[in-house]
Amino acid sequence: MGIIEAILLSVITAATPLVLAAAGELVAERSGVLNLGVEGMMIMGAVSAFAATQITGSPYVGILAGVAAGLLFALFFGFLTLTLVANQVATGLALTLLGLGVSGMLGESFLGMQGIKLQPIAIPLLSEVPFLGPLLFRQDAIFYLSIAIVAGIHWFLFRSRAGLKLRAVGDSHASAHALGVDVIRIRYLAVLFGGACAGLAGAQLSLVYTPQWVENMSAGRGWIALALVVFASWRPWRVVAGGYLFGAVSISQLHAQAFGIGIPSQFLSSLPYVATIVVLILISHNRRMTLINTPASLGKPFVPER
Amino acid sequence: MGIEEGKEGGVPVKGQIASGPLLAVSKLTKLFGSFTACNAIDLHIEPGEIHALLGENGAGKSTLVKMLFGVLAPSAGEIIWQGENVRINSPGDARKLGIGMVFQHFSLFEALTVAENIALSMDRNVSLTRVAEEASRLSHVYGLPLDPNAHVADLSVGERQRIEIVRALLQNPQLIILDEPTSVLTPQEADRLFETLRKLKSEGRSVLYISHRLEEVQRLCDRATVLRHGKVTGACDPRAETPASLARMMVGSDVAVVTAEGTNTRGDVQLEARHLSVAARTPFAVSLKDVCLKVRSGEVLAIAGVAGNGQGELFDALSGEYTVADDNAVQIRQRPVGTKNINARRLIGAGFVPEERHGHAAVSTLSLSDNLVLARHRSDRRAFLGGGLLKIIRQGAVKAATKRISEAMDVRKSGEDPPAGSLSGGNLQKFIVGRELDRQPAVLVVNQPTWGVDAGAASRIRQALVDLARAGSAVLVISQDLDEIFEVATEIAVISEGRLSDPYPARELSREKIGLLMGGIHGEAGAAHAH
Amino acid sequence: MRIELEKRAKVSTLFSVLSPFIAFALTIVFGGIMFALLGKSPVTALYSFFVEPLIEVWSLHELAIKAAPLILIGVGLSVCFRSNNWNIGAEGQFIMGAIAGSILPVVFYDWQSPLVLPLMMLFGMIGGALFAAIPAFLKAHMNTNEILTSLMLVYVAQLFLDWLVRGPWRNPQGMNFPETRTFGPDAILPEMLASGRTHWGFAFAIIAAVLVWFMMRYTLRGFEITVLGQSERAGRFAGFSSRKMIWFSMLFSGALAGLAGIAEVSGAIQQLRPVISPGYGFTAIIVAFLGRLNPLGIVAAGLVLALTYLGGEAAQLSIGVSDKVTRVFQGLLLFFVLSCDTLIHYRIRLVWERFAVAKTDEAH
Repeated sequence: MGIIEAILLSVITAATPLVLAAAGELVAERSGVLNLGVEGMMIMGAVSAFAATQITGSPYVGILAGVAAGLLFALFFGFLTLTLVANQVATGLALTLLGLGVSGMLGESFLGMQGIKLQPIAIPLLSEVPFLGPLLFRQDAIFYLSIAIVAGIHWFLFRSRAGLKLRAVGDSHASAHALGVDVIRIRYLAVLFGGACAGLAGAQLSLVYTPQWVENMSAGRGWIALALVVFASWRPWRVVAGGYLFGAVSISQLHAQAFGIGIPSQFLSSLPYVATIVVLILISHNRRMTLINTPASLGKPFVPER
Repeated sequence: MGIEEGKEGGVPVKGQIASGPLLAVSKLTKLFGSFTACNAIDLHIEPGEIHALLGENGAGKSTLVKMLFGVLAPSAGEIIWQGENVRINSPGDARKLGIGMVFQHFSLFEALTVAENIALSMDRNVSLTRVAEEASRLSHVYGLPLDPNAHVADLSVGERQRIEIVRALLQNPQLIILDEPTSVLTPQEADRLFETLRKLKSEGRSVLYISHRLEEVQRLCDRATVLRHGKVTGACDPRAETPASLARMMVGSDVAVVTAEGTNTRGDVQLEARHLSVAARTPFAVSLKDVCLKVRSGEVLAIAGVAGNGQGELFDALSGEYTVADDNAVQIRQRPVGTKNINARRLIGAGFVPEERHGHAAVSTLSLSDNLVLARHRSDRRAFLGGGLLKIIRQGAVKAATKRISEAMDVRKSGEDPPAGSLSGGNLQKFIVGRELDRQPAVLVVNQPTWGVDAGAASRIRQALVDLARAGSAVLVISQDLDEIFEVATEIAVISEGRLSDPYPARELSREKIGLLMGGIHGEAGAAHAH
Repeated sequence: MRIELEKRAKVSTLFSVLSPFIAFALTIVFGGIMFALLGKSPVTALYSFFVEPLIEVWSLHELAIKAAPLILIGVGLSVCFRSNNWNIGAEGQFIMGAIAGSILPVVFYDWQSPLVLPLMMLFGMIGGALFAAIPAFLKAHMNTNEILTSLMLVYVAQLFLDWLVRGPWRNPQGMNFPETRTFGPDAILPEMLASGRTHWGFAFAIIAAVLVWFMMRYTLRGFEITVLGQSERAGRFAGFSSRKMIWFSMLFSGALAGLAGIAEVSGAIQQLRPVISPGYGFTAIIVAFLGRLNPLGIVAAGLVLALTYLGGEAAQLSIGVSDKVTRVFQGLLLFFVLSCDTLIHYRIRLVWERFAVAKTDEAH
């Protein structure tokens, strides 16, 4: 395998958790819910996946555990913001703080353990294609899932009736309610889906990206995923593009550190965060475009009168 | 029709119904906490009739129809549909029974296309292409032109209402409920709507027509049920009544007539816009195009127009909430103020009353006295603020002024200084208008002074505007309500798509002429298209 | 079963006062359950977590030391949150304040003067405010979401501090440890009381809380903050500028976070290290909400959250649970605070579906 393939492979691995988490958040935001707790759900996914894998020896059980943890945390979020109409911004922060705390506690006994890496699955024939084969078709299950999920979301949002309802709820919950659409139910499902995706993204971190448990190992990726949704103007395939762009940024800074090009490593490490800010500026300074793209009821609480 | 039932659309539905009322409602009650919005309502609608539901704002009309459409659950009472006792748990249930609804504040989705909007009200999965085909066919049959692929955000209010009507018709309903449908239409558009409704009636369908406009109810409706404070106060044939007797049933007493007798002494120009042009701030806003207007002291200039034609934008530019680049484009008391902010304009002697009460003219969670500070902290700085640079709010002075205003405008409230959100629409609006009148402004700009306000409060507010002009101030009223305009105006101009017509003396204008100006060029094209 | 909310006609004064207490009680109950699951006696564990740190004078001083930055930052954040500006990067502003304030004692360590300390505090505030100016500028003029930008800048600040103490600011006599020189005596914030370590940072916190309380309660500026936070449109009608408010609230909270940073470094740590905060900037968000965004409430809330830090350490020593428990408690507390705040605006009713038919028939 050549150096270019190796680099591209590492870009894909770095991008997958971002794509997954952002795709899940995109669905939640399309339904009008802003869940700032992606980081918390992600880190819970990471620790749960790692722990379950260590206990059972199967990374697939780990994946399920990661998804379950993401779902559980998303359920907390849904209960607070949808049932109790708590402030979405504050609740999202609470979810992140709680996730960082609980994961630190759960993960303490797993610190320093050798992880079990999720093994790639070669797809017959396609994996033999030169260059692209090893890159795209000798990947792990989570990578395949990430692409399938984005494709699924695209189909769901723009081709299915349920997706139309979800977009309608995100555009105007009052109108949707007046037509008999169950706004709260749809939002719960969207938030849970977002949680499952974030949990899966976390599982990827502790089973594929760096198969071990390190405290705070999500390192702000949940927040970057949130920025990616804005960057993608709430469109699924643009999330992939943005995710891979960010994957490339973070990999290039790692390589730059390895080559020791004379820039302090801390400056290179801050590159993904600075890049996020720059991208946000570029995307949002056009107020009109932002207004057109943002789901109109995003972040607004809804209490149905009965 | 078509999609839902597999039948041909536009076919009369006569003979499907057994004799007896189509819908009978008995002792229907709705409580919100301790507040009784609907109190033991009885109502029955015959097949093939246009039935009016009359009542003031807040009488419980919307609550009643939301129960009929399954949006709200009744607290008690029965709904009998074609002789059967039914429970309508959701709008889906209502549609299955054959009830269609056209909401007052439309239940549309701006970001979606017309076809998608229509598909959302269907309870089965139908492809968007079929929805679009059906919608075009129906809109042709009923003279309601629509482009299924247009985005709702780009459509006028009249077009939006057509979507709602076509959406209701697609279900082949036997009863169509329309909630205040003409409040957003020009007189000509309203006439066209009436034609559509009569066609529906001729097919044997029933219409429940909700309105507080007596004149159109008398023109259109076969029977009327009148609500007041959540109770039925009368059922009658509206054509056998006089507007005064209907009004009495609605309001419970005679409403003071606004008196504008005597002549106003016209003075200098106090408020002027000179070739005011403003680009649209958001994708959903209207741009103002070369607006010129003059209001002299002693005049009430009323600006008529259908919602969404630039009224809010004009108010913003005149008030200085959004300043404009050209200082001369807006002049208050002959001083250029285009680039000055709202408080600078207040200091010159102008007062402003925006359209939206909650979250614009007032903050619902704050007390009335805080809401007084909101509008007057700058103009009444000496009285209301102390402590030099610290700008400490003098609660005593503010509370005294709040009391004075409440008494002057007869603001009914619970407690001395309750939160603005706890007042009824009419009482809060009286306070908001009173807050400006209390300063005796030389110029007053008011957007929709009595929108959603009960008749008593509306008449009081209108009288206050007339009196202010009589006392020598210049008053600009922006309103969608033609009755209101004719009650208060000395001159009338019409705004359409961000352009303002020349002003006409109020006596020289008829409703029809205003309607034509309101529709603008587009309205005419639309009318030609429909026939 | 289903939960229904019914909007109260008026905000419940009772629950405005009670809700933080209910939240705290729920946190303790859940904490007890958590300890039981960890195989510890809930009573002993909760005792060592919440009571032990309060019975000795020295640990009360530790409590005040930890509460000082939490209150300072929390008071600043309350102004931000009330005006609907979501600065969640106080942790970064805390660090940058600490760095800016440390310029004098680290770079100009020879300069001994009574002026050093006040200048350090001033620099700290400027440093924090300037760092908060970045998200403020981006929100006010580039329409960029301040939540994401302020949060991203936390990572940048942490890395910058890491670079400084390992690179240019590393103590030349420090055996290559990643830390700066220890501050000279003129650069150390003195102790407030004879009885223990509490430094003047705690006084700053109380003064800031009282001043902000006064501002919010009596002045037009406080009114402006409230109005713009409730409705930008109404604020515009009043002639207030939401753009200026973005600047004001962000710079103000940044300055207080910066002051907290330099006070912590100068009073408690007395040098810069790669990590100078156990997450004060984030915990202060919880403090602000637990204090119901009221400066005086924030003083109480700051003490409570400071207790969770001490409790974590105490519980680790006495019953051998991880001090990570602290973060769990903090997260739970915020969760419950937000849940209980619902009671202030709504009545909560449980509706059992099978009784729903009966419910419509009787006028409840």
